[in-house]
Amino acid sequence: MLSRVADSLYWMSRYLERAENTVRLLDVTMSLMLDTGGSNVETRWQRLVAALGKPAEMDWNGSIEEMAKKLVYDHLSPASVIYCLNGARENARQVREEISTEMWQRLNRLYHQMHLPRAQSQFSANMSDQLSMVIDGIYLFKGTTDTSMIHGQGWQFIRLGRYLERAYATATLLEVYQSELFPAQERESSGYLHLELVGLLRCCTAFEAYCQVYTADLSPERMLEFLVLNREFPHAIHYCVAGTREAIEGIQQAGGRRPPEELKAAIGKLSALLGYTSINEILAGDTAGFLHNIRGQCLHIHELIYRFYVHYSIQSALTV
Amino acid sequence: MELETLYGDYSLDQAFDEMREPSGEVRAPYRALAETLATLPAGELQRRKQSVDLAFLTQGITFTVYGRDEGTERIFPYDLLPRLITAQEWDRIERGLTQRITALNLFLRDVYSDAKILADRIIPRELVYSCKHYRRQMRGLQVPRNVYIAVVGSDLLRLNSGEFVVLEDNLRVPSGVSYMLTNRRVMKRSFPQLFARCGVRPIEHYPQLLLATLRSLAPEGRPEPNIVLLTPGVFNSAYFEHTYLARQMGIDLVEGRDLVTHDNIVYMRTTDGLKRVDVIYRRVDDDFSDPLVFRSDSALGCAGLFNAYRAGNVTVSNAFGTGLADDKAVYAYVPRMIRYYLNEDPILPNVETFLLSEEKDRKHVLANLDKLVVKAVGESGGYGMLIGPHSTALQREEFARQIEANPRNYVAQPTLEFSRAPCLIGDRLEPRHVDLRPYILFGDKINIVPGGLTRVALEKGSLVVNSSQGGGSKDTWVLE
Repeated sequence: MLSRVADSLYWMSRYLERAENTVRLLDVTMSLMLDTGGSNVETRWQRLVAALGKPAEMDWNGSIEEMAKKLVYDHLSPASVIYCLNGARENARQVREEISTEMWQRLNRLYHQMHLPRAQSQFSANMSDQLSMVIDGIYLFKGTTDTSMIHGQGWQFIRLGRYLERAYATATLLEVYQSELFPAQERESSGYLHLELVGLLRCCTAFEAYCQVYTADLSPERMLEFLVLNREFPHAIHYCVAGTREAIEGIQQAGGRRPPEELKAAIGKLSALLGYTSINEILAGDTAGFLHNIRGQCLHIHELIYRFYVHYSIQSALTV
Repeated sequence: MELETLYGDYSLDQAFDEMREPSGEVRAPYRALAETLATLPAGELQRRKQSVDLAFLTQGITFTVYGRDEGTERIFPYDLLPRLITAQEWDRIERGLTQRITALNLFLRDVYSDAKILADRIIPRELVYSCKHYRRQMRGLQVPRNVYIAVVGSDLLRLNSGEFVVLEDNLRVPSGVSYMLTNRRVMKRSFPQLFARCGVRPIEHYPQLLLATLRSLAPEGRPEPNIVLLTPGVFNSAYFEHTYLARQMGIDLVEGRDLVTHDNIVYMRTTDGLKRVDVIYRRVDDDFSDPLVFRSDSALGCAGLFNAYRAGNVTVSNAFGTGLADDKAVYAYVPRMIRYYLNEDPILPNVETFLLSEEKDRKHVLANLDKLVVKAVGESGGYGMLIGPHSTALQREEFARQIEANPRNYVAQPTLEFSRAPCLIGDRLEPRHVDLRPYILFGDKINIVPGGLTRVALEKGSLVVNSSQGGGSKDTWVLE
């Protein structure tokens, strides 16, 4: 597979995952704001922005409607949903011959729905519908991808992008929540705290899954355990890292080169960390530092993937 | 729908109408179409058109108009009614084009080797050597199977007499074939019964033929050649076509930045390391293909490509320097080439062409600028043209000045009254001017899929069919 094509598929997938994450976080934040008794509107907005990695130009201006619209439709801001969707489509367009026609049509339809003039002008009135439209569009795209595309290298690069982006996003989200919300559990009255905790789970579509494992008894420690260490839940960091590892093995099995020791080591190290650390150890130590370290390792893996599959030097390739 | 309403003020004059006799009677091949149209309820044609528009938009069969904040995408303009060509007409076109392309290929081979045709004074030397598409780097270079032009899209017109003539031969990177294939898919869906009833010859195998053609031109000793399509990239107006063809052929679509050369071998960068490339179907102009040999400011090509090509390690199709033979002044000599190389009379005639480098012609043209069409020799796509009867005195003065300054750069032709075909305009049929671009493939032999792209000047009275200038297209049905 051409390096440029792998690069485009990887980023198409990352952009879509990012758009999905942003939409879900925004949706949860907006519905939490209905209950005015807890944290105030601005605090919630700041937390949302922090969970998105503190993008520039998302400074609070006093109007939640305007901010929400900006986060969805400001095509000049790299954090916005529309920017991510445009980026995904532009990447897909550059590898139009590699993805299936069904995938392209699905993505293209979502793009055109987002660009309808009335979608933007009536956003405030239909926010919830609009946001679920985006999520639905992305789900349909993922389903179409899995059923209509050869599960070869290209598909593995799509998975790679998806899981790496998601691992990073979940880690960022938890880092923000653990510093702002978990210490607050003694202070807040239980009703509002409950809403906040459900909100956190819903940001990862994890509420029902959590209940199945732990019952509806919400405790921050268990939630952290679930979202970091669970091996079976698709938004848990451990699951995402396992997915990343499988994707890299899949690339090799689909006729690719053996990944270098450095890349295998980086992924193995992160898997081991998540596989053999207990929640008590995480809580006893520097929890924020632990999550921050995971993000750093994700970035390192991304760089190694680039150095090996996409931007390798020609000299090194000729001597092999 | 009532025929009166459908045809409205469908006017007939001396121009050849594809569908109707001068008396107004429907021509025999079009009778099935006319009957079908007559049975459709009012508004049905428009409804079908809308459903196709929507399909085009979701399928992304669009071209991008850049220049604003975001690229604005438009669907490719097309017309829902087919253009019909009888078996007899097609037979003549096919034989005529085969003859013509054979001669043009022999000409390129000759000019880039012994140049006998110049020594025999059939074509003036200065005309060839002053052509801006002449590539001296190609002199003495052996190309695989002696095929210079693997893919050609000649433009034909039908004159008032009903006879087809060749307007130009596109020998560099002809485009539009994806629209031919897409139009066919649309028409089969929109008019299934009519399609079956008419007995239309298929064209869907074009991508396989193209792949076989490219494979037949692979360098020797490469039994399983790695064939790629080289595109200038996503900003090129024909990008949709490049992706479409690559997908249909199952080959990699590469950009210049994907290619590297080492020891005169071309490689592409893959996730598994470097992979050797054997055949390049090139959709990038000569000028932009290799910054070491052609334009040094181009980043679209691949440095070292030409040397690898010269070494015979990679085939590039079409070859470099083929633009020489579709220079509009060289065009005037094609009938003489056919007689010289093949000793045959041309089956498809040329359009009468005045060379402005010849003094007698130039005087005639300058005196009749308001009646003639003047074209710059190296341009295509409808650019650099003066259409005399539709021009202003100021434009004519400007062209006269340019002609005096650089006569070699221009040719003139009579303003052609070419044929018209019915198009759906609003809810009526109206005649619009059409041309025909068949696609000719030249590998181990010449193959032409029956039909081609019928381009339409959608604006009333307009003679310009180029898609960059408001033209559209129609499906072309060659009947059994």
